[in-house]
Amino acid sequence: MIKLSHVSKEYPKRGFALKDVSFHVKKGEFAFLTGHSGSGKSTTLRLIHMADRPTEGEVRVSGFSSERLTERDLWKLRRRVGMVFQDFRLLPGRTALENVAFVLEVTGTPRRAIQSKANRLLTQVGLSPKAGAYVHELSGGEQQRVAIARALANDPYVLLAGEPTGDPRDRATRGVMELFWDINAKGMAVLMATHDLEVMRRHPHARVLELDHGKLVYDSANAEVEREQAEVQP
Amino acid sequence: MSYALREALAAFRRAPVLTGLSSAMVGLALFVVGLFSLATYNLQLALSAIEERVEVVVYLRDDARQSEIDLLLEELTAFDEVRFVTYVSKRDALERARTELPEFGELFMSAEVNPLPQSLEVELREGFRTPEVVQKVADASEGYPFVEDAQYGREWVDRLFALRRIGLASTAVLGGAFALVAALIIGTALRIAIFARRDEIYVMRLVGATTGFIRRPFLLEGALAGLAGGALAWVMTYATYRGVYAYLFEISWVPGSWVLLGIVVGALFGAVSSALAMRRHLQEV
Repeated sequence: MIKLSHVSKEYPKRGFALKDVSFHVKKGEFAFLTGHSGSGKSTTLRLIHMADRPTEGEVRVSGFSSERLTERDLWKLRRRVGMVFQDFRLLPGRTALENVAFVLEVTGTPRRAIQSKANRLLTQVGLSPKAGAYVHELSGGEQQRVAIARALANDPYVLLAGEPTGDPRDRATRGVMELFWDINAKGMAVLMATHDLEVMRRHPHARVLELDHGKLVYDSANAEVEREQAEVQP
Repeated sequence: MSYALREALAAFRRAPVLTGLSSAMVGLALFVVGLFSLATYNLQLALSAIEERVEVVVYLRDDARQSEIDLLLEELTAFDEVRFVTYVSKRDALERARTELPEFGELFMSAEVNPLPQSLEVELREGFRTPEVVQKVADASEGYPFVEDAQYGREWVDRLFALRRIGLASTAVLGGAFALVAALIIGTALRIAIFARRDEIYVMRLVGATTGFIRRPFLLEGALAGLAGGALAWVMTYATYRGVYAYLFEISWVPGSWVLLGIVVGALFGAVSSALAMRRHLQEV
């Protein structure tokens, strides 16, 4: 589903943001991408969303390769990969429903189906009572739910999520995390960037990929394999 | 209504002053093009009227035999560019001179010998009254020993065509310059529109809208601005025409096909200007 093979990303002024990173997130998997600020989490998400291309190595997402995908065909990938930004990027001056309907409209959903599908998506994220509320009338958690509904509009195979905001012990934040788990339970791969240990502690079954200074320093899947191998060997 | 058309019309609603000013500026720029079209059209009409009088007169020697004259007449008539050839005898020439030049009537009456030569008047077909064709006919005539001279007012014909070329060139150059001004205005208005909608464009890219889909409303917006500007330009040109006709001198209004073509070209021009502006500015969003 998502495969990074020896990926490096170097920016002209900042230097290396990622260095020789390889991992594979399979279909239906839930993975946290963690690390301190500046460790390369955002760069990794940008590369997977193909907003940037690697300097070295290859990124493969749902059959699309960073080596072959042209700018002209980028839209095909974007419809398979949902993205929830840390700052949500909702359109001000539009209601929650209009924000979701906008995505459906600009990606070619038939007009008669837009309203019902937008309502269904808002119901899925538990926000149907606020469908008519403008963005500025919604709380941070509610805005995040609209952003999730919008990311799900094209029925993507993969959902990428920027750092979720809020205290993980807070009910609203927990609700949003539950929502991500529900989406994952339906078979969608989820890759969520976070530096919050509490979030990861609450979800011990999720895979953890840890970055440090652009390098992948820990992958819980490999650690599991190594642990099993150590147990087998006398 | 499609998304592109709805958004393009919404741009006029969202920023009516900006889009109105943009259309007005485009209209003013195209108005200058319209004025030049009006002037060129009337110049063409005037030149066409003069052009109809372009002919070659082949003067014959008095001792030319009728059989020789018939041979030349036949040869000249055989030219594809020649409409017809008229033989004017010495007597006919004198009669015509008496009628057309009454002030010299006495002189012609008292002359014992008819001083006027016999001639062949060669009228050319429409579209062939050019310096090259008249020169060709004159050269063919002058090859005969019984031909005294072949006249067509070379300088006069050359000037006529030079004047026509100047008219067309000045319309093309000045029209082009003002069309460029209109393109820059449309481009600037579009840049503002792109900037105002940068969040939407960003989201569209993010969620997988095709480039064509993102561009279409802006293309339409440019086309509508060009269309409105083109229509406004013709309204102003028509008002000018009425004013000139009523208070200065008689001129003719351009054909309806020109007006239609102008508006269509205005719309296409707006769309092309938008496309060029977008190639640069959409990348910045």
